[in-house]
Amino acid sequence: MNSLILTTRLGALAGLCLGLSACKSGEEEASGSPGGYPAAQVAEALYTVLKSERKVYASKVVNRLVKEEKVIKAHEEWKENKALLLPAQFFREGAEEVDDAEKPFQFSYSLQSPWPLNYENAKKQTPSVKEGLAAVTDPESEYYGKKWTGEEMLGGTSYFVGIYPDRAVAAACWDCHNDHENRKDSYPEFKKNDVMGGIVIRIPKS
Amino acid sequence: MSSWIIRHKHLVLWLAVTGGLGWWLSWVLFEAEDKTVLLPGITTDGHHQIEMECHACHTNEEKENIFTSSGVTNESCIACHGEELEQASDSHPIRKFRNPENAIFLEHIDAMNCITCHREHNEKITNPMAVTVPGDYCAHCHEVTLENLESHRDLSFKSCATAGCHNYHDNTALAPSFLLKNYGKPEHLPERILPATNPLTRWMDQGHEPRKPLREKDADAPVQHQTDSQITADWHSTAHARAGINCRDCHGVPATGDWVTKPDHTSCAACHEHEVDGFLQGKHGMRLAHKRLGPMTPANARLPMRPDAPHAGLSCNSCHEPHRYDRQFAAQEACMKCHDDAHTRHYENSPHHNLWKLELTGDLPAGSGVSCATCHLPREEHGGAIIVNHNQNANLRPNEKMLRNTCMTCHSQQFAMDALADPHLIERNFTGRPTTRHPGIGWTVESAIKRGDEDIIKLQRYLESLSNTPQSN
Repeated sequence: MNSLILTTRLGALAGLCLGLSACKSGEEEASGSPGGYPAAQVAEALYTVLKSERKVYASKVVNRLVKEEKVIKAHEEWKENKALLLPAQFFREGAEEVDDAEKPFQFSYSLQSPWPLNYENAKKQTPSVKEGLAAVTDPESEYYGKKWTGEEMLGGTSYFVGIYPDRAVAAACWDCHNDHENRKDSYPEFKKNDVMGGIVIRIPKS
Repeated sequence: MSSWIIRHKHLVLWLAVTGGLGWWLSWVLFEAEDKTVLLPGITTDGHHQIEMECHACHTNEEKENIFTSSGVTNESCIACHGEELEQASDSHPIRKFRNPENAIFLEHIDAMNCITCHREHNEKITNPMAVTVPGDYCAHCHEVTLENLESHRDLSFKSCATAGCHNYHDNTALAPSFLLKNYGKPEHLPERILPATNPLTRWMDQGHEPRKPLREKDADAPVQHQTDSQITADWHSTAHARAGINCRDCHGVPATGDWVTKPDHTSCAACHEHEVDGFLQGKHGMRLAHKRLGPMTPANARLPMRPDAPHAGLSCNSCHEPHRYDRQFAAQEACMKCHDDAHTRHYENSPHHNLWKLELTGDLPAGSGVSCATCHLPREEHGGAIIVNHNQNANLRPNEKMLRNTCMTCHSQQFAMDALADPHLIERNFTGRPTTRHPGIGWTVESAIKRGDEDIIKLQRYLESLSNTPQSN
């Protein structure tokens, strides 16, 4: 009997401790993520910056110096040819810098397309990304030229995924893509302002 | 007591042996210089020189599991190999894999950690380039490459890195632009001259004032150290004396004015910093980069060495004899003082050596000959200066690195690639012709013609007209 009473009291004490700790973590959850902005808003803010930077590079650096002034070339093998990076490479170099940097919270981004010229990029497209890219690039879709959002699990982590339209902003963009040796026959002929692919932004949900 | 010992003799014996062994191993770990008995397996070439310096690789980082974590971090590797990776624009830097899109590939092979593929102390599974994963590792991520590249459809993943084509960290040998730029050139280029080095110009560009050439009587060594007139005469014959570099510039301690009888490489580094840095990174000087280890000796080498001076410590003076600094001696004879492998033994019968002899006799201009140093200590351009890279291993891992800074000074890329991919030709020190043809340039040319590259099409037609046979090159 004494041992039964002791066990009961100990069990009650343990339950009280657990309850108190749960209440405490509930308080922490109720305070929200650091900064308080939902992932969708953060992704849209990032997209605004990335879109703007790339537009400046594509139009005011590459298009101006290569197409208009004709003083330098842009080439996939930019180092070998002492040339400018292609806009997609400029974007990717920045993405890798971000991947490598210490950040207040983890996020990542990449430039992808349903019509990839680089097979090594294409192989990384997850089902969610394929769905989102199809949506933002299909003129028949409600998401055409707009953002598409979703979720996915990668490497044991759940991610918010935002896919934002990547438009042909300069002749340097569509001329090169339309003429590329890796271009398949099924690929569209791009023109100004066409959606050529999407900027994929991932933010972990936990 | 003695009866207790007799009754428990097996226990006492066990305690004595275990305690003795434990004491001895502890002494080896903390006190002994030679810790070979603690080495778990044979180390790789190069690393074997510093295998007694465990802390060069094994750090004190917090270990997830003290029984299985080695403490070897990426930083351990990058501390020595980082500069080389940066110069090669590492094709697979770790940052390339940080994006979560790579998660599915990282499940197959953890490309974020150097020791996933380069695991030391495992001689039974160690392949060339110290790779300890099966040779078809590219397949983990590049299945799509074989599916999409017509030229590669029949190739095996085991041949990616072993056929003289690709390298995981340095893929510059096969850059398509580079291949096309050098397509169609003759096997032996019309002009075959090495660029001249210019150490004096480089020294003055560093802000040093020009000095007057010195005479023998200008030697400023203390009288008690001027005991051998031959030394003074040797010094006077060198570029050092002509540039106004006196005895105290090498033998003096700038801060105190003390005299150092045998200055080491740190003295040379005052003016030849780039060369000394290279020396300390290569297999000749890497032990000197670790203070507790002595210099490398021929006896410690894994390559065959001459038995004459097994314990001679390697330093700048080993090749650049003190006070003589004869660069022609350093370029060939110095190497053959120690090296005794097939490649070295075939050198003096090779066409390269014939050119070297003609340069030494003045029958060919300076820079025409091919000595050991021409290939293994290549001349590189850095910021307008021509500097000899003293890391003799820099263009050997893989040997396709020799293409740009060595072979293509005199040969076409096709000829050079064929030669570098022929191990028997390398053993004969390039006496004879390559027996196989590297297909890489041909595939790139075909691809360029297919996409309508007019310059390549014209060049192809011109080459065909020369030979009157279709060029597959």
